[in-house]
Amino acid sequence: MSIEIRNVTKRFGDFTALEDVSLEVEGGSLTALLGPSGSGKSTLLRIIAGLEQPDTGEIAISGALATALAPQKRNVGFVFQHYAAFKHMTVRNNVAFGLKVRKRPRAEIRERVDQLLALVQLSAFADRYPAQLSGGQRQRMALARALAPEPQVLLLDEPFGALDARVRAELRDWLRRLHEEVHVTTIFVTHDQAEAMDVASQIAVMNTGRIEQVGDAMTLYDEPQTEFVMRFVGEANRIGDRFVRPHDLDVALDPVDGGVEAMIDRISSLGFEARVELAAADGDALTVQLTRERLEELELERGQIVWVRPGRDRVFAEV
Amino acid sequence: MGSLAETATIAAPRAASRISGDRASTALSLGIVTTFLTVIVVLPMAALVSTARQDGFGSFWDAITSPEAVAALKLTLVASLAVAALNAVLGTITAWVLVRDDFRGKSLVNAIIDLPFALPTIVAGLTLLALYGPRSPVGINVAYTRTAILLALMFVTLPFVVRTVQPVLQELDSEMEEAARSLGASEFTTFRRVVLPNIFPGVLSGVALALAKAVGEFGSLVIITGNLPFRTEVSSVYIFGRLESGSTVPAAAVAVVLLAISFLLLLAIGAIRHFTTRHDRA
Amino acid sequence: MRRFGLRGIALLYLLVILVGPLAMVFYRTFEHGFAPAWNALTSPETIHAFKLTLIITAIAVPVNTVFGILCALLIVRHRFPGKGLLNAFIDLPLALSPVVVGLALFLLYGRNGWFGPWLSDHGIQVLFALPAMVIATIFVSLPFVAREVVPTLREIGNEQEQAARTLGAGGWQTFWRITLPSIRWAVIYGVILTTARSLGEYGAVAVVSGRLQGQTETATLRVQERFESFDLPGAYAISLVLALIAVLVLVAMSLAKPKEEAA
Repeated sequence: MSIEIRNVTKRFGDFTALEDVSLEVEGGSLTALLGPSGSGKSTLLRIIAGLEQPDTGEIAISGALATALAPQKRNVGFVFQHYAAFKHMTVRNNVAFGLKVRKRPRAEIRERVDQLLALVQLSAFADRYPAQLSGGQRQRMALARALAPEPQVLLLDEPFGALDARVRAELRDWLRRLHEEVHVTTIFVTHDQAEAMDVASQIAVMNTGRIEQVGDAMTLYDEPQTEFVMRFVGEANRIGDRFVRPHDLDVALDPVDGGVEAMIDRISSLGFEARVELAAADGDALTVQLTRERLEELELERGQIVWVRPGRDRVFAEV
Repeated sequence: MGSLAETATIAAPRAASRISGDRASTALSLGIVTTFLTVIVVLPMAALVSTARQDGFGSFWDAITSPEAVAALKLTLVASLAVAALNAVLGTITAWVLVRDDFRGKSLVNAIIDLPFALPTIVAGLTLLALYGPRSPVGINVAYTRTAILLALMFVTLPFVVRTVQPVLQELDSEMEEAARSLGASEFTTFRRVVLPNIFPGVLSGVALALAKAVGEFGSLVIITGNLPFRTEVSSVYIFGRLESGSTVPAAAVAVVLLAISFLLLLAIGAIRHFTTRHDRA
Repeated sequence: MRRFGLRGIALLYLLVILVGPLAMVFYRTFEHGFAPAWNALTSPETIHAFKLTLIITAIAVPVNTVFGILCALLIVRHRFPGKGLLNAFIDLPLALSPVVVGLALFLLYGRNGWFGPWLSDHGIQVLFALPAMVIATIFVSLPFVAREVVPTLREIGNEQEQAARTLGAGGWQTFWRITLPSIRWAVIYGVILTTARSLGEYGAVAVVSGRLQGQTETATLRVQERFESFDLPGAYAISLVLALIAVLVLVAMSLAKPKEEAA
């Protein structure tokens, strides 16, 4: 169930979607491809599924070379951002489709479909049509449909992108629990950094067709290897030629060594913490995150001139 | 303050007149449209039906069951159904190629499809005669045969299925097909189970339109078929012949049969349209 | 590869049914040289035939355009009983044989028809004259403008018109300045289709015109007449002109269609 991507390049006319991309995905893991629009993450996912062909490079699934295989033969489940529901079929028939195509016996199909509908909590909607379901329900149906033929790999292309915030959070949770139960190798594509960090055990950060860094959430956050990763995964302030996280900055009332002069623009109190937004002398915007205690200790006010400097040594310096 | 009150008083009467204005304008438009339609369409149809019945039902029945009339009707229906079926397949393939394929000159090909709409039917008959008649350069001569009927009808009905299927195919979410493929369906199964059910109503309405056109076709058949009774004479030509020889009542009788067929086809098209949107009505 | 197979079938189909025959018309027209074709086209009867076709079209198209717009507004914006029946009658010309149309008009306006006696009493000649031919042409080209405008009007909705009303525009002003411009391309496309249909009508006009050369013979009727007189080059020459007009219509359609769809 492992996946290997080796030196994959893909161009669409003049536009290079993927440039020499390589990645190893462990069997049974839950990996996220994280990046902004145009980073190539969806293209990579579709290449893994066989919905696109790479110009160069190879894909191996469970050790076997799959690059030349049609999507029908790869046994991968694919979930689309806009559900791609078979609108002329009931929910039950949607979910059963992969099994019907494999000519499984009727009884087996019925049992498996019932099982999956129970898993995604859509049993009551079995005989409805997709048009009668909400977005979140349609996506759960799509998931059940993809899982029905027991794929080796589950691929999700911005699965929650078309849903509203609350439903997104619910389904995110739900996907993670599903993965714990079903344990199929899962790769999902997202541009939402919080989503990736919440759900995935491994994240590949992508930018303009390349993979910038691969690691778990903590590693990416604490030890970013490029400026892009630093800025994309979490917030970063630029001080001189270094980047510092808001909670790694400290505020002093008097000039300090290595500090930057700045004027306080805005102070927002977020319950336990406070955010202080400042404008540095050279015009850069800075954000500092302090505990409430520290805020009260310093007695900061809007318009006040203070000095900001990195509190710890966790900075990213551009080489 | 004063101006506000002014506006209020001006607005009130206008609002009142707007409401009655709408009803009045509905009545007026409806009146004009109905009168126009009555004069142009309804009255002639009424005259037709009335004439067909004017000598009693027995005479009507005799007229439509006369051997020549029956032969013409049979030929008309068989030829039209055959052509409609051919159109269903070839038209769908053409629509598929126009929507999914890409090649140089595609927009030219797309534009040509509408030629049978734009070309006078008599000219259509002549052009077919030029290529498939007595002095055919490719050695095919089907003038005065039933094949000529099929050819002429294929020409005039060519656009119908293509143009009704094209927009449906275009709208079709290609991700549905990708989903089917990722679930293991072969290309043919994907077409059969995912694409076809969704384009089928489009194909059907195209077929109904093609049938209506074929059953009533006249101009393109007049030249190339020779209008031989019992051999290549279709109902429209039969009616024309009866009229020319002064038998207006028998002509009207058969014409009423064609009118009924047209109405039925229109109903079918309406039903298909209603059926098509059922999945979108949650 | 499979793409090529389907593409091949489609292109072959079009070649055999459409393109081949059309190419032949070119050939046949000039087969015996330019002169016979030219003579046929410039004979007085032929010129009269073309003139007549144009006159009929010039009457039928505006009439159907006004009717079509009015009809579309009625169907989309107003509620009234019998809308289904109205729709059916508007669509009928599309599904009806032209000969049936001609016959029905014959039975209405002919000497022994419903209006026959009244018309001859008042010395008004409808059948076998221009009026019947115009009515027949109006009948067969009736639906096009209405059918093109209805979906566009439906999609546009009437918010713009409501806004115009709140700004003080009266009914006619609203129509002229707001409604009409918004359906402009649908109307244009419908007019193109109506014109093509009117120019090319044969069956219905053949029945009601009496086909008197130089008097009630349209261009399409003239083609038939030349053919029956064994003047094949003549028939092909007139057909070629009509075919060229059809091509112009196609060009107009291709140009107008994207604008209509974008609206």
